[in-house]
Amino acid sequence: MLKHILRSLTGGPVTEAAPVPGADTLADLGARVAARSRARLGRSLSIRQVDAGSCNGCELEIHALNNPLYDLERFGIRFVASPRHADVLLVTGPVTKNMADALCRTWDATPDPKWVVACGACAIDGGVFAGSYACVGPVEAVLPVDLRIPGCPPRPVELLSGLLALLETTAAERPR
Amino acid sequence: MYGEEPLFGLLGRIGRPVDGHRPWPRFVTDRVGWRLLIEHLGGNGWSLLGLWGEAAAVHTALREDLSGDVAVVSLPCPDRRFPSLSGVRPAAIRLERMAQDLFGLVAERAVAGQSIDDRPWLDHGKWGTRHPLAAEPVITTAPGPQEQPPYRFLPAEGPGLHQIPVGPVHAGIIEPGHFRFTANGETVVRLEERLGYVHKGVEGLMRGKTPADAARIVARLSGDSTVAHAIAFARAVEAALGIEPPPRAVWLRALMAELERVANHLGDIGAICNDAAFAFMLAEMGQLREVVLRAADACFGHRLMMDRVVPGGVTPDIAESGRGRLTDLTAELRRRFAPLVAIYDGKASLNDRTVSTGIVSTGLVQRFGAGGYVGRASGRGLDARRSPGYAPYTDLDFEVPVLTEGDVNARVWIRIREVEQSLSLIDQILRRMPGVPRGPDGIVPPPVLPRLPERGGEGMALVESFRGEIMTWVRLAGDGTIDRCHPRDPSWFQWPLLEAAIEGNIVADFPLCNKSFNGSYSGQDL
Repeated sequence: MLKHILRSLTGGPVTEAAPVPGADTLADLGARVAARSRARLGRSLSIRQVDAGSCNGCELEIHALNNPLYDLERFGIRFVASPRHADVLLVTGPVTKNMADALCRTWDATPDPKWVVACGACAIDGGVFAGSYACVGPVEAVLPVDLRIPGCPPRPVELLSGLLALLETTAAERPR
Repeated sequence: MYGEEPLFGLLGRIGRPVDGHRPWPRFVTDRVGWRLLIEHLGGNGWSLLGLWGEAAAVHTALREDLSGDVAVVSLPCPDRRFPSLSGVRPAAIRLERMAQDLFGLVAERAVAGQSIDDRPWLDHGKWGTRHPLAAEPVITTAPGPQEQPPYRFLPAEGPGLHQIPVGPVHAGIIEPGHFRFTANGETVVRLEERLGYVHKGVEGLMRGKTPADAARIVARLSGDSTVAHAIAFARAVEAALGIEPPPRAVWLRALMAELERVANHLGDIGAICNDAAFAFMLAEMGQLREVVLRAADACFGHRLMMDRVVPGGVTPDIAESGRGRLTDLTAELRRRFAPLVAIYDGKASLNDRTVSTGIVSTGLVQRFGAGGYVGRASGRGLDARRSPGYAPYTDLDFEVPVLTEGDVNARVWIRIREVEQSLSLIDQILRRMPGVPRGPDGIVPPPVLPRLPERGGEGMALVESFRGEIMTWVRLAGDGTIDRCHPRDPSWFQWPLLEAAIEGNIVADFPLCNKSFNGSYSGQDL
């Protein structure tokens, strides 16, 4: 293991930088996210993820954001364990009726100013589950939504790009 | 067991076979026959593969493990009451509660001294309707949070006991569910799960849909097993229609299934170590998982390979560069995975957390018919790719690893061995997969996805996902649309064992135990 760590130290980070001028690359997006989030919230943006009925596909890709290749935390964005520590609720799923209460209570527990991101096709319009007796429907049927990140599930790069869009949107208007 | 009546022998005696149920027979019986079946189940080792309802019938699928014979038994119950199987097969308890919630089918006591768990399971009183899939659903007004009667958790009483409620919203980026711990100091005395929070009404949504549309829903039953569930559904539909997918499609399906298995196992191994505070492994395994997902994306155009397996075949075919890309992938994974396994094996502080933690006994695994790494870590070595077996695995060489310790460590090692086996399978598939077929003119390849005939039938499939055995049963109406479909996720038989695994362990080891099971919430909530 020591050898492994040594190799990692000498080999440099695996995190993907590769800034190609003009292209919408990961590093490019990341720099813009970092600048925005610092301007708005000091140095960080804390996200509480809520699965409100997802198939777990979105969660898998949100997890990927935290791996060393995407390394979300370098931009000052991190996932927190409690809504009380969060600025943003990242909600997935077609909001099942069995989860609607829990979602509302999570929102109530989040301090102002706060934003809601609907992540994935189900959260945006119910996806393939629209019209079910067991689903309320899109997140906006339950909570005010500030941003929608489409995809089934969205790729990690699309998620990152979406978080930037959130910052641009919230900069233009007063928080709720 | 010696002298035991064979499955088909008993079923032939108590029921009559139904026409057009493939590939295994379905027998319709009456209450007397059903009770006789329960009596036999009490004395033999047949595995329960599933239990599901319909408006006026209940079905169960069984397997005689030694011979590999599989059959479905159906009991018409116009009065919506049936003798319960849960007295002889405890894994049926939650399935019967589901049948009650969705169809209003009531399980009745069938064995002396048996108590029926009649608490709702998926129905949390929020749907605005009761028995939504019954012939006549009961419309209700959903009560407000204050009027909602509290769920009756099983009691655990004694001096010094206290309760810890957890969820449905958990601290991590995971699915929702409620865990009610009763603890004495640090030691867990009882855990009771309450699931159903992500019930989306999958079975109701599938009714009346074409197989192609229904496949998109099944592909989203559990995102991590999207390929495996899609294969199980496609195979069940193909069995019902009596058609065979093109040979190349069969091999492409297996290729995707093994990529999915590798990706999930890599993620799980990292996540389990992370829950023992060894974040290094999560970082390393996370990179390997990402390599697999990117290869899948390059080959099939979707990182999780969603909607690639469809009834009739696959769509689209693998990208032209796919073969080379995947050959490089297996070589890279072999090079990078082995040193990490050595690190896992050599870290005493890590093994201190995983060894002898969360033990599930072989007896319990057998009684619940649990498969996958949960079953195989506790001595139950069944694998649907082997028994009953399906193409192309019948032509491929692989081993099914089995351990007997039944602890978190054993579940990690089963995953490690399965990653190695899957890499070998991917190489074999790449070598032996039939080439792109040429059409009659010698140039244009025929589609990998033929048109489905529009006719009725009943079919069933057993498919091994990374988590264990999926059983999917489907009945197509005369116009070829879905009349009834029940996809049974492996989690149904694993979740109850988590309650047993944590007993006597400390609360702090629960994340470790839970992650080593990695049950699907969405898959069992339907």
